[in-house]
Amino acid sequence: MLQGMFKKTLKAKSNEKVKDSIQKSQIPNGLFKKCPSCDQIVYAEDIISNYYSCPNCDNYFRIGAKTRINMVADKGSFKEWDNNLETKDPLSFPGYQKKLANFKSATHIDEAIITGECLIREQAVAIGVMESEFLMGSMGSIVGEKITRLIEKATELKLPVVIFCCSGGARMQEGIFSLMQMAKTSQALKRHSEEGNLYISILTDPTTGGVTASFAMLGDVILAEPGALIGFAGPRVIEQTIKQKLPKDFQTSEFLLEHGFIDRIVKRNQMRKTISFLIRSSK
Amino acid sequence: MINIKNAWERVQLARDPARAYTLDYISMVFDEFLELHGDRYFGDDGAVIGGIALLDDTYVTVIGHQKGRNIRQNIKRNFGMASPEGYRKGLRLMKQAEKFGRPIVCFIDTPGAFCGIEAEERGQGEAIANILYEMSDIKVPILSIIIGEGGSGGALAFGVANEVWMLENSIYSILSPEGFASILWKDSTRASEAAEIMKITAQDLLESGIVDKTISESESSETGDYSDVGNQLKIGIRDFIKKYKNISADKITEERYERFRKM
Repeated sequence: MLQGMFKKTLKAKSNEKVKDSIQKSQIPNGLFKKCPSCDQIVYAEDIISNYYSCPNCDNYFRIGAKTRINMVADKGSFKEWDNNLETKDPLSFPGYQKKLANFKSATHIDEAIITGECLIREQAVAIGVMESEFLMGSMGSIVGEKITRLIEKATELKLPVVIFCCSGGARMQEGIFSLMQMAKTSQALKRHSEEGNLYISILTDPTTGGVTASFAMLGDVILAEPGALIGFAGPRVIEQTIKQKLPKDFQTSEFLLEHGFIDRIVKRNQMRKTISFLIRSSK
Repeated sequence: MINIKNAWERVQLARDPARAYTLDYISMVFDEFLELHGDRYFGDDGAVIGGIALLDDTYVTVIGHQKGRNIRQNIKRNFGMASPEGYRKGLRLMKQAEKFGRPIVCFIDTPGAFCGIEAEERGQGEAIANILYEMSDIKVPILSIIIGEGGSGGALAFGVANEVWMLENSIYSILSPEGFASILWKDSTRASEAAEIMKITAQDLLESGIVDKTISESESSETGDYSDVGNQLKIGIRDFIKKYKNISADKITEERYERFRKM
């Protein structure tokens, strides 16, 4: 049951390994897990009860979208929207359809985001949660469409929008059509904002590329989980470009807080409380 | 347009330093141009040109990426790769244009947004996100013309327009073909193959509705004299200004929203 739920997080890996860690689950199935950050053997149940973080060193494990929704939404309140959109293949990119089909049948996850509505401490919100397992959480046309519909419907219903970002960036296999999703989602947020609605963006590990350069950075309030990788260009690309090693905390949540680009770093056990406070204060 | 060149050949042409750059087109198209500098936060990005130009009797705001032709120029121009302050300068000038009712013309010519430590420290992602967000609601008409390389988010940042045009031998892509091949096939030497698959040429993008119009280079690319392209742009920009002259602000922003909503 726990297989595939856990990932190494930033503390445990050097920046250049980000991509590898997204692709492979690090922890074998079983009752006990080895924390990739502190190397301690810990009881799996303790990880779960500790908001999917290591009880020994607080290292955060990556979590799937459904787990995340269960963690923040009032019990049983989540209703999914737009879960039936077929992924497009506008470039007829070799192998893309097959890759999607294999992934979908293996995981029963149908795209890199789940959207819908739920209650958070009895407040109604439109919520989107990205799924890092699905092609690195990349934003293709359907991810862009689901986010845009989420925001447009929230504008219509006068609901706050909460998006948990988690993405390697734009989806290469859909080419320029992926790029256009940056404009499409951003303009929907502009309209949502013009109507006086609240948007909370929450950055989780990793948030990079075209997602960072669009809806991730447009929150009225931008929160981040501790130790998340957040940036526009990926660390490996920057290192190759400038031919030097990057500083240790570069592109972490803490780095962004220090440089003035996020409002707060919020631990998982405080997330519900924080979102609820922000919604109550922004009506 | 006779489509005789393959996509990879067009990539080479789009990057050719013999092409006309933003400042060249500004002097070909407009009667006067006054450059304005700075983002009012940090600095003035040489990779982005901005200012007020005059065409016939209409003042327009012009913003564009500017490449350099040699090392000395490229120290200033950073090969047309804008930093956060470049996008912030661009947005500042767009807001200024909106205030004074000037149409906006953007020239796009960039390999991509600059990727380096300083750009990340100063919020490259936020700068691009914010210009996409604000540009969508600018109350004056915006025309974006891709004159060479339209690379990724750095190009889109000046591309949330009512109309997007492309020169015949320009490209518009999510990433360079080299980067694309490197990410998807772990082999950057397959760039020419990537270019064919990616649908990055003016003709491909016209067919898929990503761009609205292409500009012929058949005369200019043979002779190396881009004044014919300049002339076509001048006529086209005149028509664009005329077309939007009596259209309300609401309609202008609605039309722009719908343009990108379909994608």
